Amino acid sequence: MARIGVFVCHCGENIGRTVDCARVANELRDLPGVAHSVDYKYMCSDPGQSIVKQAIREKNLDGVIVAACSPHMHEKTFRRAVASEGLNPFLAEMANIREHCSWIHEDREKATDKAIEVCRSIVEKVKHNVPLETIRIPVTKRALVIGAGIAGIQAALDIADGGVEVVVVEKDPSIGGHMSQLSETFPTLDCSQCILTPRMVELYQHPNVKLITYAEVEEVSGYIGNFKVKIRQKARSVDADKCNGCGACAKACPNKKVPSEFDTGLGTRTAIYVPFPQAVPNIPVIDRAACALFRGRAKGLKKEACAKCREACSREAIDYDQQDTFIMQDIGAIVVATGYQLYSIGKDQPAGLTGYGEYGYGTIPDVIDGMQFERLASASGPTGGRIVRPSDGKEPKRIVFLQCIGSRDPAKGIEYCSKICCMYVAKHTMLYKHKVHDGQATVFYMDIRAAGKGYEEFTRRAIEEDGARYIRGRVSRLYRDGEVIKVQAFDTLSGEPILMDADMVVLATAMRPQPGIQLLAQTLSASYDQHGFFNEAHPKLRPVETNTAGIFLAGACQSPRDIPDSVAMASATAAKVLGMFSKDQLEREPTVARVDVSLCAGCFHCERVCPYGAITHLEIRDRKGNLVKVVADVNPGVCQGCGTCQATCPSKSVELSGFTDEQIYAAINALVL
Amino acid sequence: MSTSGAHGHATAPATLAAELRGKTGQNPAECYQCGKCSAGCPMAVETLLRPHDVMRLIGGDRRETLLEGESIWLCLTCEACTARCPNGCDPARMIDALREMSVARAPRAVGAFHRSFLDQVKANGRMFEFGLVLEYKLRSGKLLNDVFSTPGMISRGLLKFVPSPIKGVADVRRIFAACEREAARDLHASGADGRDQ
Repeated sequence: MARIGVFVCHCGENIGRTVDCARVANELRDLPGVAHSVDYKYMCSDPGQSIVKQAIREKNLDGVIVAACSPHMHEKTFRRAVASEGLNPFLAEMANIREHCSWIHEDREKATDKAIEVCRSIVEKVKHNVPLETIRIPVTKRALVIGAGIAGIQAALDIADGGVEVVVVEKDPSIGGHMSQLSETFPTLDCSQCILTPRMVELYQHPNVKLITYAEVEEVSGYIGNFKVKIRQKARSVDADKCNGCGACAKACPNKKVPSEFDTGLGTRTAIYVPFPQAVPNIPVIDRAACALFRGRAKGLKKEACAKCREACSREAIDYDQQDTFIMQDIGAIVVATGYQLYSIGKDQPAGLTGYGEYGYGTIPDVIDGMQFERLASASGPTGGRIVRPSDGKEPKRIVFLQCIGSRDPAKGIEYCSKICCMYVAKHTMLYKHKVHDGQATVFYMDIRAAGKGYEEFTRRAIEEDGARYIRGRVSRLYRDGEVIKVQAFDTLSGEPILMDADMVVLATAMRPQPGIQLLAQTLSASYDQHGFFNEAHPKLRPVETNTAGIFLAGACQSPRDIPDSVAMASATAAKVLGMFSKDQLEREPTVARVDVSLCAGCFHCERVCPYGAITHLEIRDRKGNLVKVVADVNPGVCQGCGTCQATCPSKSVELSGFTDEQIYAAINALVL
Repeated sequence: MSTSGAHGHATAPATLAAELRGKTGQNPAECYQCGKCSAGCPMAVETLLRPHDVMRLIGGDRRETLLEGESIWLCLTCEACTARCPNGCDPARMIDALREMSVARAPRAVGAFHRSFLDQVKANGRMFEFGLVLEYKLRSGKLLNDVFSTPGMISRGLLKFVPSPIKGVADVRRIFAACEREAARDLHASGADGRDQ
């Protein structure tokens, strides 16, 4: 006969107000197998837990039921208490009489009856519980960081400083991301390059960091602590070991008219190039689409159309025949820091977005986006920091900024707020005023969202000290009238229509996830939202984890974020990774599926339905080594205990430990028989 | 048209927003007052209430201001507001629905003009300006308004004295008859709902 203890909690008034806890305890006491039954005001409190422990000792209990809140809340608490008395923690269960009973009912009599039913059901389940042992899986103490913008750099440095090896994969030829393109940063107006480049060099030289640039993650298999990652190293056409970064190749390259990605098309670069002078690593890459030699090869030319860079290189580092290579890495934890892209102001739009025809679709040359303004204002930019019109190189005396371009515009495909634009527009008005003293900046906005340390003060400074005019209203239309751009708007606060002349217009475009992010998410088995941003495991309590164990999120890949937020998030992922690596083995709850190999017929329905890819094939052989049959096997490191396999298995040969059919039927029978 | 909370609440009179939602299937609360509609409105300098004001006053249940003023009648229904709205609102449709509600209580001149206009279209299948002028003046009582522009219009051939109906005028009349039947049915339905204005 079982010796089960039932402990009914009042949860203060939460349960006690609606459920007669004393009656629940009394009625449960008479059930067969129940050796002890009491109620108490706060069972999770220290004295409450002592009541449970003392009863286990004195009544020699072999099963415990705490009738209280949801297992999400305190199952761990009580299992720990039970374990401290030497009883297997998986012999303790929660009966949820709060969320499932007292909070949703009003009739005290009926609610009490229901609470008794719920407890009876769990008593029958616990009678079939067996001791389970915590699963231990080995962990490879090496982290992978995908993306080396400010979030990836911060995460990698924090992890590396914690004494753990980090592999950093960056798709571009240089690390630094968008932050390296910015001129100055809010709310302190410190120079972006000045604070970022030392961090970039630190990452490059860190003994614990293996930096792989111009590369992408191709495949990820395995599970938490034991990922196998295949990385595609794209062909640079330059031997990184031989190159000393002298720059002679770029000087020799005859094609100097390639639009520079780094300068957002406002400047040009050569076909063999480093993206910017402070690039890390300072190793050039050949843009094969722009290189005369590779274009010649694509046309089938046998002769080399151009080899000027190879001739110029004193170290024979140029390698036109370099191919993509693959690098395999064993990884324990992955940090995703892939960042963002901006909403396009051009005519071509990705699926689901319509673009801004009314603002000229980017056909008016002096209508630019925020990142282009950054490059114009940057001392390292194409104009050397002079703010001029792209069309004629004149200094704009009347500059207009439009906020919420793409953002908060469901009609254009995006309903969220991009969060950073209010701040960077305020910054732009200041940068403009500091460079064009007799110029006038006007901002069209819907709301000013400046919630951050020093942010509100910053936007007020733009208005009060640097003279930016803020007009509340969305602009209807931009059109060219000779040299000027006409801005057709409405001041919703004064109630007056506006038709304003501008020399240049800057669109504060929305933040969107990087292209191809969905593919990466699928590679990682991580989920993403309708916009393509990665989903966190819990919006409040697990903001940097994904639902896939061992994969973490930093920066704007999860939602629009500014630099301080991205850095904070990156350090949080580092804390998570280092915490995970502080143990030699990872502990997992043993509530995972197990296969009875004697029953399994090898139909692999379970494999097809498993959302986590936890089912593998196991060959059963006789003593002579002849293959008898192939059955399903569960990788306990990957299994999340969802039970889908159990529901699907036609021969009932796979079961979830702690939730076997026997246990579940016993619990149901207690209710219906 | 979707139904809304406006239906079946005979005790509490429906809010203007709920009523318009019932009529248009559009939720006026979706307007976040960015003003892009009014920025593009060609009548913004002429009218007292611009599209975003109309949306705002609907939310504020300002029935009298909207239905008895002239603003909704000055809208040209160019639909620039609707085309540009970032949040999928349809101010042009809202203004149209407000006009329907306003017909019975519209200022005399505005109502007289619209009635006269439609009468001419119904009679001739197209506009007959002289008939419009006569009918409008009789209906509105504003007999001497704009009389000084008459000679100029006549000399430029803009004011003919004999109507020239189109060929399919019978078809046009059938369209009118169908619309009138539907309007009568709507009026009856709204009357039964206790929402008759």
